[in-house]
Amino acid sequence: MNVLDYTWLIILAPFAGFLINGLFGKYLSGRTVGLIGSFAPLISFIISSMIFIKFTGTDPHPPFEVEIFTWFAAGKIHVPVAYLFDTLSLVMIMVVTGVGTIIHFYSIGYMKGETGIARYFAYLNLFIFFMLNLVLADNLILMFLGWEGVGLCSYLLIGYYYETGYAPAAGLKAFIVNRIGDMGFLIGIFLVVANFGTVHFGELSSIVSTGPVNTALMTGITLMFFAGATGKSAQIPLYIWLPDAMAGPTPVSALIHAATMVTAGVYMITRLNFLYVLAPASMAAVAVAGGATALFAATIGIMQMDIKKVLAYSTISQLGYMFMAVGVGAFSAGIFHLVTHAFFKALLFLGSGSVIYALHHEQDMRGMGGLMKKLPVTFFTFLTGTLAISGTPFFSGFFSKDEILWRVYNYNFYLWCAGLLAAAITSFYMFRLVFLTFSGKPRFHEHDNHTIHESPVIMTIPLVILAVLSVAAGALGIPHILDMFHTGNIFEHFLARSVADTAVTVYGNNTEWMITGISVAAALTGFLAAFKIYWKNRYVPGDDSTITGLKKVIYNKYYVDELYRHTIISGTISFSKTVYRYFDILIIDGLVNGTGRVILRTGERMRSMQTGVVHDYMFSMILGVTLLLMYILADKFL
Amino acid sequence: MFGADFPILSTIIFLPLAGVVILLTVPGTKKVIINIVTASAGFLSLILTFIIYSRFDENTAGYQFAERYYWLREYGISFHIGVDGISLILITLSAILSLLAVISSFKSITERYKEYMITLLVLQTGMTGVFAAMDMFLFFIFWEVILIPMFILIAIWGGKERIYASIKFFIFTLFGSTMMLISIIYLAYLSKAEFGYISYDFTDIFRLNIVPGIQLVLFMAFALSFAVKVPLFPFHTWLPDAHTEAPAAGSVILAGVLLKMGTYGFLRFNLPLFPHAAIVMAPYMIALSITGIIYGALMAMVQPDVKKLVAYSSVSHMGFIMLGIFSLNSEGMTGAVLQMINHGVSTGMLFLLVGMIYDRRHTRLIADYGGIAKTVPVFAVFFMIAALSSIGLPGMNGFIGEIMIMTGGFMVKPLYGIIAAGGVILSAVYMLWMYQRVMFGPITLDVNKTIIDLDLRERFILIPLVILIFWIGIYPQPLITKYKKSVQVILQVYDNPRTQGGSNAEGEGK
Repeated sequence: MNVLDYTWLIILAPFAGFLINGLFGKYLSGRTVGLIGSFAPLISFIISSMIFIKFTGTDPHPPFEVEIFTWFAAGKIHVPVAYLFDTLSLVMIMVVTGVGTIIHFYSIGYMKGETGIARYFAYLNLFIFFMLNLVLADNLILMFLGWEGVGLCSYLLIGYYYETGYAPAAGLKAFIVNRIGDMGFLIGIFLVVANFGTVHFGELSSIVSTGPVNTALMTGITLMFFAGATGKSAQIPLYIWLPDAMAGPTPVSALIHAATMVTAGVYMITRLNFLYVLAPASMAAVAVAGGATALFAATIGIMQMDIKKVLAYSTISQLGYMFMAVGVGAFSAGIFHLVTHAFFKALLFLGSGSVIYALHHEQDMRGMGGLMKKLPVTFFTFLTGTLAISGTPFFSGFFSKDEILWRVYNYNFYLWCAGLLAAAITSFYMFRLVFLTFSGKPRFHEHDNHTIHESPVIMTIPLVILAVLSVAAGALGIPHILDMFHTGNIFEHFLARSVADTAVTVYGNNTEWMITGISVAAALTGFLAAFKIYWKNRYVPGDDSTITGLKKVIYNKYYVDELYRHTIISGTISFSKTVYRYFDILIIDGLVNGTGRVILRTGERMRSMQTGVVHDYMFSMILGVTLLLMYILADKFL
Repeated sequence: MFGADFPILSTIIFLPLAGVVILLTVPGTKKVIINIVTASAGFLSLILTFIIYSRFDENTAGYQFAERYYWLREYGISFHIGVDGISLILITLSAILSLLAVISSFKSITERYKEYMITLLVLQTGMTGVFAAMDMFLFFIFWEVILIPMFILIAIWGGKERIYASIKFFIFTLFGSTMMLISIIYLAYLSKAEFGYISYDFTDIFRLNIVPGIQLVLFMAFALSFAVKVPLFPFHTWLPDAHTEAPAAGSVILAGVLLKMGTYGFLRFNLPLFPHAAIVMAPYMIALSITGIIYGALMAMVQPDVKKLVAYSSVSHMGFIMLGIFSLNSEGMTGAVLQMINHGVSTGMLFLLVGMIYDRRHTRLIADYGGIAKTVPVFAVFFMIAALSSIGLPGMNGFIGEIMIMTGGFMVKPLYGIIAAGGVILSAVYMLWMYQRVMFGPITLDVNKTIIDLDLRERFILIPLVILIFWIGIYPQPLITKYKKSVQVILQVYDNPRTQGGSNAEGEGK
């Protein structure tokens, strides 16, 4: 059996899971539904791994494409359903199916007893299906199918608790904000089709790399695609949907809104690297937007009280790092951070889910505290994740974030400063979260105290696996200054077969050591500040009413949501209402009705001709038609 | 069974009328018999439609299944029918939607039941005839025949404002038709001048050499008639009223098929007959189309009435189709024809669904609902599928048409594609916002706690549409291939560089 003949099963298994649970799930037990739902991505993961192995070693398999059928074609548009397997897409499907499978199993425990569990698993499988289409697509339009498809699943899963008012509203917000970005994606596609006549990545790449370069066009195309990325990957100015998306079940936040979907923008830019490298201005825009988002979102993270909101802003911030990386041309560093982030952020979300599960859906950290002993596995794994994201040496986040900061330092000093500051803040708010949640005195209700216990094994095993990965994954991307075993940067070499980095290194080894030292110092500073405030001084933030001044502004996320609401949203609605009332009804309709009245008045006088009985009208109508028919038939046959 | 000599196309057209003749002998109280007769007529014509669909040779561009009977010979009028790829798929759509509309009315109509079914059957004959006619005069007759049953449908079985709506509908459409009739007669006169005999036949009319000046006048006259039907902004205000007041089945036929008669008219007459005028007018037609896309969407957003919302969304979607047609390129036009089918399926399904929930709650106001996804979960799934299909989610039918249209528009002028893409955002806003207010959130009204979910008959009506939505969304190429040649024929004139290049080109028709 050659595993390469079964590539279609990677895509089809989650889809089959979706169909089974979607159509028949309500007749099955929750356990069966969960197992079907979890085994579907597991099948994909196993086949992906087997292909992945073929791509490693001394004699690696070359990239290949699998065409299933022609989706649609007209004029210059030719869109096949075809999948591209190269080292980049393989890294992505390993993350999607691997982390995906872990989170599916975790969900069996987390969602136990919920009504609508079949719906949950069906949507989750559908998500995996679309995500795989997104990363495996060999052309822009199939990628867009995945892109919109994951958006749909995100919308459906954020609104999973549809009986509440806020969850579906958050889902709607996510969908619409994403669609605004998607308009950019679409315009990018139009520009590519109109100018190059193909949507196929390979063909496009060879056309642009051989032909004369039109920098303005390239800049336009790449900025449009980046607009799409800012929506899906929650970057300034379209990041506002992600914090609200936390209304969905926590495993959904882990899978979709941390590990996979939100990284799609980074993947897309990396996939289209051959376009971006021809547009330095776009690259700069990506890097700057990434840096700004990394810092901006981190500051909001400091003041959040909801444990998931902290993680949400942290995700936005970390995505900013990835954009910084690809913006400076360090594609492999960006994807590497994508991978390590998928591990430790999924871990942190699932850990917070374990806390929320134990506390019966309490999410406010002011109502937590002292959970260290009650939830030991959750605590230690969560701590691992925190150490990883903070950039503690030899944890995975250290390697990936450091690589990015080093590359950025070589590109622009000020951008590096933003990244560094964000790193310090990250370390601060993450330890703030850990201390507020796990240390100090319990602040939840007394009678809850003895009912709180560690989550079941189905939830803790995923935490342990992800914790191990959060530590170990760093070994794949060891920078050359730390390369004691001379393995080289395995990840970079692997990815280089699909994507060539363009980042230029201008400084030497000594500077790299210095930069690494400064990053560690920054992380340490953040930790110490959090340690002093939340561990030593046992500070706990008060009620919302006690938050004032600048703190209040940050707590309320700089009022960006309010700004959008009072300008764009209410502006569009009141404009439409005015036009409807005064143009559609008053002017256009007024003209028509004026004409109508004249005719009606004339009609009144001719009324005697009409009986007003429907029967009569019908009769004359049918009579007329029948006569015509007879006439025709007569003409033919006589 | 049906050999080459069997007049299959005219059988499809007149089968519903045969049903009417039988119905006339049935007493109005025998509801079951009426149902059987009406549904069988619809079902048989659907079967025959499938037969011509499968037998249609997609490799030839000409008309197929043609039949010609001399009729008013001295006036050059004949009963000449036939189908090309575009007619073929529109006739198929009409047959599907007509049958579903009939079945959907079994329970919701209580008064004048027999007359209602007769009206639906007459409508079906008219619609099929419009798409099959190969004679200008015949086309006009079918075109007008439809007006009457539709008027009656709204005026008798409509809602509270039915009289106002039906008269408005009538005046608007009649206004357009008059201009078209004069133009058709003028075309026949031109054929007398050119060929020496009066002819209304397509085979003659399409060979006419019409001077650019006259082309422009005739283009406008036809365009006015079709623009009202589409409806193109700003001729749209009859539509929200007609839709809102019509019974559910009426809205399905109206949105699903009747609006397509307008876009079909543009494709069938305006583009092939008056190419010079079409090139001159295309920027203006597109300007109105893209205005309609945004305008319709914004108006849909602020409607408190679900049916009106869907009606305004039609204005937006029909704007897409018009944009595709007047892009005058293969991408846009292929997308436009596909979108004619897609809009029929999606909007037809939306109207069916709104009708089903109206039968239960007797209100169309969004504010009267909220949270009913809990009480009617099956309805919620169907409604979600229809809504997503309408907003053009990839993997469903609407996306394929929209992306081809937008690409086509973009290739003419980037701004066209960009504005249309803006319409894609707005469609998500109005459709999903409405869905959220109707289906999600806590149940605020007690009456909404006891709504009964869809029964078997209703699911049976919706499932074919769901299949179409996904079939066209996932594997549309066989359908596109059916009409590809016909689109190429229309575009032939425009591919000629001599007629291309805007207003200063010396286009002289053929």
